[in-house]
Amino acid sequence: MSIKGKAYIAGIYEHPTRLAKDLSLAQIHAEVAKGALEDAGLSKDDVDGYFCAGDAPGLGPMSMVEYMGLRPRHVDSTDTGGSSYVLHVGHAAEAIASGKCKVALITLAGRPRAEGMATGTVPRTRGGTPTPDEPFEFPYGPTVVNMYAMCAMRHMYEFGTTSEQLAWIKVAASHHAQHNPHALLRDVVTVEDVVKSPVISDPLHRLDCCVITDGGGAIVVVAPEIAAKLKRPKVKLLGASEFIKTQMGGKVDLTYSGARFTGAAAFAEAGVKPSDIKYASIYDSFTITVLMQLEDLGFCEKGEGGKFVSDGNLISGTGKLPFNTDGGGLCSNHPANRGGLTKVLEAVRQLRGEAHPKVQVKNCDLAIAHGTGGSLGLRHGSATVILERE
Amino acid sequence: MAETKERKLPAPAVSPETQAYWDAATKGKLLVRKCKSCGQAHHYPRTLCPFCFSDKTEWIEASGKGTIYSYSVMRRAPVPYAVAYVTLAEGPRMVTNIVDCDFDKLKVEQAVKLVFKPTDGGPPLPMFTPA
Repeated sequence: MSIKGKAYIAGIYEHPTRLAKDLSLAQIHAEVAKGALEDAGLSKDDVDGYFCAGDAPGLGPMSMVEYMGLRPRHVDSTDTGGSSYVLHVGHAAEAIASGKCKVALITLAGRPRAEGMATGTVPRTRGGTPTPDEPFEFPYGPTVVNMYAMCAMRHMYEFGTTSEQLAWIKVAASHHAQHNPHALLRDVVTVEDVVKSPVISDPLHRLDCCVITDGGGAIVVVAPEIAAKLKRPKVKLLGASEFIKTQMGGKVDLTYSGARFTGAAAFAEAGVKPSDIKYASIYDSFTITVLMQLEDLGFCEKGEGGKFVSDGNLISGTGKLPFNTDGGGLCSNHPANRGGLTKVLEAVRQLRGEAHPKVQVKNCDLAIAHGTGGSLGLRHGSATVILERE
Repeated sequence: MAETKERKLPAPAVSPETQAYWDAATKGKLLVRKCKSCGQAHHYPRTLCPFCFSDKTEWIEASGKGTIYSYSVMRRAPVPYAVAYVTLAEGPRMVTNIVDCDFDKLKVEQAVKLVFKPTDGGPPLPMFTPA
């Protein structure tokens, strides 16, 4: 069974906050749910499917179902880190296609900034019973930044990728973020600004890293017969895929990501190819994340990502592949340290023609959203969706 | 930048499945788990081979020789340190640290050799230093 054409994204909402000192975690989940349902023209009582991941307080979906007063007949709390919500869109479509629900709500929220979390630079465990990998990794001090940095280091060694090429990714994001009033970082930066910012973990600089922000977002995925009754522009799901890439028992290869598999599968299901895509939301925890995923999704050959992203090729109106036109995680928002949901949101805005006029892609009828969750250098969950304006 | 200050290393969590690995570490030996069915070594060690799922796996002693597959020097830490993947002569790549060296002179594919560093109340950790 394919999910092609079986589900639509009818509602989206991104919380405007980037610092949520005065909001509770559950409250942010509920506020974004309300926002997305209002955007769709639906009510809480229409929701019969609920999807969340590890950022939701409580055991799986249960506490948030109770807090929001939902009565779902289908739930899913699959957690693949920041890519979870891209995966949830695919799972929601599967549930809708098989008749398990008709209105699926996906929420994300977090407040790492308010809590003063050192997201990228301090090694941490998940607590509880150690994972089987933990004794063989944690004592060596793996952080978010240094594990992604090892991917960049190997990419540079094998393909000659440079820090200046990676910097172009941040430059493009900053060009977009200047138009987003909610973006945390709105100043346009240059390649020189990025490569002269302090090295956090070689070869990644501070400006190669995404922001740390509070906030959240929500998505409402509905059955075709529901979408037909709503007034919003229709955004149809054409393809979805997920994959877990690991160290493969010691045969780890840091030069590619799980996007190699999710991209191929999602494009095949959608019946389109990378050159058809008008807009791309690409997970941007770090500049290297974007570069590797662009290669793996098939936008350029493996090893050619450095050249592909250079000279403004990702800037809307200038380049061939406009990406992350909200400023992305690199400049605008990375709520709960999980950036997958906001990737879907900007893709939907572009397809609806509701992105900021300065970054709106003309005739944007086909878009991709891709997420990477966990650690690119240790083990990660990849998820891709391909969306079409109907 | 030379490594001058000592970094306090947390003790690894030892499980029944990996007790022998850490006991060997205490004696200065690095063990690798190898499958008798498919002949391949893997890391981190498991009882069931992650390649063929055979339960016919055994410990072998690693030579202690390897090369740096990739590395990164964590500059934003109280004591900067180099995290790395080292490709062991026996095949598997392992997460580790490169120690007792000038971090600015490290290179990908550089030859390294095994050393052990004490942890805070647990068995020592296998690490590597330029050969």
